[in-house]
Amino acid sequence: MSLDLFFQYLVAGITYGTIYAIVAIGFNIIYNTTGIINFAQGEFVMLGGMIGVTLHALVPMPVAIAGAVVVTMLVGALIEMLFIRWLRRPSVLRLIIITIGLSIGIRELALLLWGEGVRALPYFTGTAVTSLSIGDVHISPQVLWVLGISAVMVAALNFFFARTLLGRQMRACACNREAAQLCGISAKNMVTLSFVLSAGIGALAGCVISPITYVQYDSGTSLALKGFTVAILGGLGNSMAAIAAGLLLGSLESFSIWVMPAAYKDVIAISILLLILFVRPTGLFGNAEAARLKDY
Amino acid sequence: MARRRNLPIVVLALAVIAVQLASAAAGKPQYLTQLTMAGYYSLVIVGLTLLMGYTGQISLGHAGFFAIGGYTSGLLTTYNLHPRGGGGLVSLLQATGLLVAGQDLYGGDLLVVRPWAACLIAMLVAIGIAYLVGKPVLKLRGHYLAMATLGFGTIVYKVVLGSSLVGAADGISDIPAFPLFGGVVVTGKSALRVHNYYLAWGLVLGAMALLTNLVHSRVGRALRAIHGAEDAANAMGVDTARYKLNMFVLSAALAALGGVFLTHYNGGIGPSEASIMKSVRYVAIVAVGGMANLWGALIMGVLLNFLSLRGSFGSYDDAVFGLILLAIMLFAPDGLLRVELVRRVPGLRCVFGQERAP
Amino acid sequence: MKALGITATFIFTTILGAGAPQAKGPTIKIGAIFSTTGPAANLGGPEARTLEMLVQEANQKGGIGGYQIDLVLKDSGSSPEKAISLAKRLIEEDKVFAIIGPSTSGETLKIKSIAEEGKTILLSCAAAEAIVNPVASFVFKVAPSDSHAARRIFEQMKKMGISKIGLLSSNTGFGKAGKEQVEKLAPGFGIQVVANEVYDKDATDLTAVVTKLKAAGVQAFINWSIEPAQAIVIKNARQVGLSIPIFQSHGFGNIQYAKAAGPAAEGVIFPASRLLVADTLPADDKQRSVLLKYKQSYESHYKEDASTFGGHAHDALLLLGKAVDKAGTLDKEKVRAALENLQGVVGTAGIFNFSARDHGGLGMDAFEMQTVKNGKFVVFSDTAAKK
Repeated sequence: MSLDLFFQYLVAGITYGTIYAIVAIGFNIIYNTTGIINFAQGEFVMLGGMIGVTLHALVPMPVAIAGAVVVTMLVGALIEMLFIRWLRRPSVLRLIIITIGLSIGIRELALLLWGEGVRALPYFTGTAVTSLSIGDVHISPQVLWVLGISAVMVAALNFFFARTLLGRQMRACACNREAAQLCGISAKNMVTLSFVLSAGIGALAGCVISPITYVQYDSGTSLALKGFTVAILGGLGNSMAAIAAGLLLGSLESFSIWVMPAAYKDVIAISILLLILFVRPTGLFGNAEAARLKDY
Repeated sequence: MARRRNLPIVVLALAVIAVQLASAAAGKPQYLTQLTMAGYYSLVIVGLTLLMGYTGQISLGHAGFFAIGGYTSGLLTTYNLHPRGGGGLVSLLQATGLLVAGQDLYGGDLLVVRPWAACLIAMLVAIGIAYLVGKPVLKLRGHYLAMATLGFGTIVYKVVLGSSLVGAADGISDIPAFPLFGGVVVTGKSALRVHNYYLAWGLVLGAMALLTNLVHSRVGRALRAIHGAEDAANAMGVDTARYKLNMFVLSAALAALGGVFLTHYNGGIGPSEASIMKSVRYVAIVAVGGMANLWGALIMGVLLNFLSLRGSFGSYDDAVFGLILLAIMLFAPDGLLRVELVRRVPGLRCVFGQERAP
Repeated sequence: MKALGITATFIFTTILGAGAPQAKGPTIKIGAIFSTTGPAANLGGPEARTLEMLVQEANQKGGIGGYQIDLVLKDSGSSPEKAISLAKRLIEEDKVFAIIGPSTSGETLKIKSIAEEGKTILLSCAAAEAIVNPVASFVFKVAPSDSHAARRIFEQMKKMGISKIGLLSSNTGFGKAGKEQVEKLAPGFGIQVVANEVYDKDATDLTAVVTKLKAAGVQAFINWSIEPAQAIVIKNARQVGLSIPIFQSHGFGNIQYAKAAGPAAEGVIFPASRLLVADTLPADDKQRSVLLKYKQSYESHYKEDASTFGGHAHDALLLLGKAVDKAGTLDKEKVRAALENLQGVVGTAGIFNFSARDHGGLGMDAFEMQTVKNGKFVVFSDTAAKK
């Protein structure tokens, strides 16, 4: 294989990887504050894309994206208040099943609202055929947009959780709910906030990736599956690790296509994930002690 | 104690007969078709209830085992060995009576594996895979276990979808009937509808008898201990790893059994049987039934599958499912059939009141 | 026992809502099974909407053959096991006269024998050759055959001097059926398939797959799918600098994908029914009036672009109506025989000529080679391609 081709496969891998990673980050925020996996996270991504496209018919793109993020955040808040907030000491399994139910419900509502057609925002830079080239290696500028926005997102989140009072309060709730409450933190508000935050991040992801992937009422499910895989591969709760794991999984998938039929791409990716889990049961960068605390 | 334990089984048997008589009396024998199909799906559901409710291990990949059973048996009974007749292996198999010759619908010569042998092989394959997968997977906990089982389900789905040997997206069609013994045949032919209904529900009854007795035995107590506190159970000398694996394999075997029979009943199988949505549905039904409640899961499973298969929910099939799931998890997290009100009714107490894990 | 029967009837009918509303005059009950939801919703959605619209229209004008249509529409969610259950229900319980659908080949193949045994006419909207070969007397299909589409593509390739191609298809029934025909027919045209890849229908990006095509040095490639992936694949091909001719299947005949791919869709060549280019057809074209009528009523009724898949439901109802008219009775065997002998029926997919041996009815001329120009479908011509 020539060097050009090698790099072209690598570029493809980076494209896959950034899409997975940006979805995975949303999973981590709710996990960090509540210890649950929100199976409706993919639907936030889908909603963001759908609302963004709908608004874009009326307003310029940056406004449409901002609007989509805000509306999806409101949806996230509403969902948490209606379905989660008032539960008394829910078990983790119960929460997982509630979020699965929510995911199905949002998907069906989207089918009613938007039908089964596909939509997309225009490319942020250039058009569907634009690409940046180095020699015979080509990359769509949109991939760089996704990568850049993921990086900014992770940096902002790290700052938020490490440096701001609100962020620290959220982390405190994740560590020890009772102790946090004794210190005067409203754990309930923190959980709401985590849904709002991850809905917003999901929506932003949905807008940024939609020129590449398109968005359809059911596109959340398969994105969530990949995002979940990447979040687990990196180790739950670690957004930086999610990006690394995303790029790793994306590259594995891409290079697997070089040697194997593309039909088995997911089989290979998941087999590798399983093997890694058997050796490191808490993901590549996960902390066994931390994970144990959140087990049900 | 044993008599009280077996009472629900007798009640179920009577209910099975009553439903058949009622459907005949009402002139709606066609309902038995979907009840038969729902019965086979119930095998998956009660097996999964044992695993999730009593052992506390989630599996988001049980549709995979159902599909392994159905696909293996379907492939073996349709893969035509006739063009390879005379080859060493084929002649050997023929000599042992494992093969059966016949003609397809349009007059072509067929030489395929006997359904009995195919069924046994399918079960062995499913059990073998469950054992191999279960051993490392069950060491994982929480979300990691959920992901690993989900991953297993996805692999099965993508493999059947990507392999032209099993028809890729079209699946396998024209799978022959499965003659069991005497005149009993697993087939979708409407003339044999009633006896297939009893066959399916006979299997469900057998599975329920096995499982209810299991959860009341020493094994059941060990399982509840694992569910309650795995480390403590381990310390008390319960070989938790072995129990978990055995239950995983048992539930996988029940799922595969359902898969084999339904595939022959339907005369075909497609990749949708292996899809993640199917696995999620099974888990949801277990939850809706009350998690550690075999009877609740059985009743909810039959009801929901029956209505869904009849197309009663139209295009809102998934939506209705999601709503039921949400409503029950929000307002009756112990399952619909365990609400205290139901338990207070004296006659129902013995049916619903016993299986609660401590 | 009688009391038990009455109680049971009451329970079954109230709980399960059995019993259809009574229509006035003689009625014909038609069942339909479409994948309105699930992975094949792209097909089933327009099909179901078309049928609902046309049945309403037909009933206002006195029904078909003098019979009011009682439509029982069911959604299979793209699952064969559900299609099986629904087909049994429609045949044994609802006692429908005929079934239109299912949308996918996998589902159709599962219920082929059920329709045959139940002696109920099945008009499938799926394309696989196996649906009508071997012929089952009650099973027909209205979607054009993949082999015809593949032949049209190969003829075009020969004209362009292409002999080394890549083949991409999605892991759906539609992709699979096309892939098989392309593989089977290519050698006969002296065309060599040097790269052959199947990708996931939910694929979000296909850069690696087109890179593989690039590495194989193909002169052109065919993509065979119905999902958004068919727009993604042409985008990715252009992005990695593949400037070779791109051919698509008739699955591309849905303007939303051409719109989604934007400039990448320009110049893509594909065979499809004339529905898409109805307004540019010459005035003496046989199909023109049928196509325009369907297209305009669908688009004004639903405010969305008509696709060839909705057209299949149109053709199925049309053919059934003609057969009932011709037979003049609601005898299943007589209508079946009439259907089998229909000749020259102008539908949206082409002109149907059924016979006892051909239950597909469409010829190679059902397809017209088309391309995308300035975001619109136009008839492809060699001179235009040369710029």
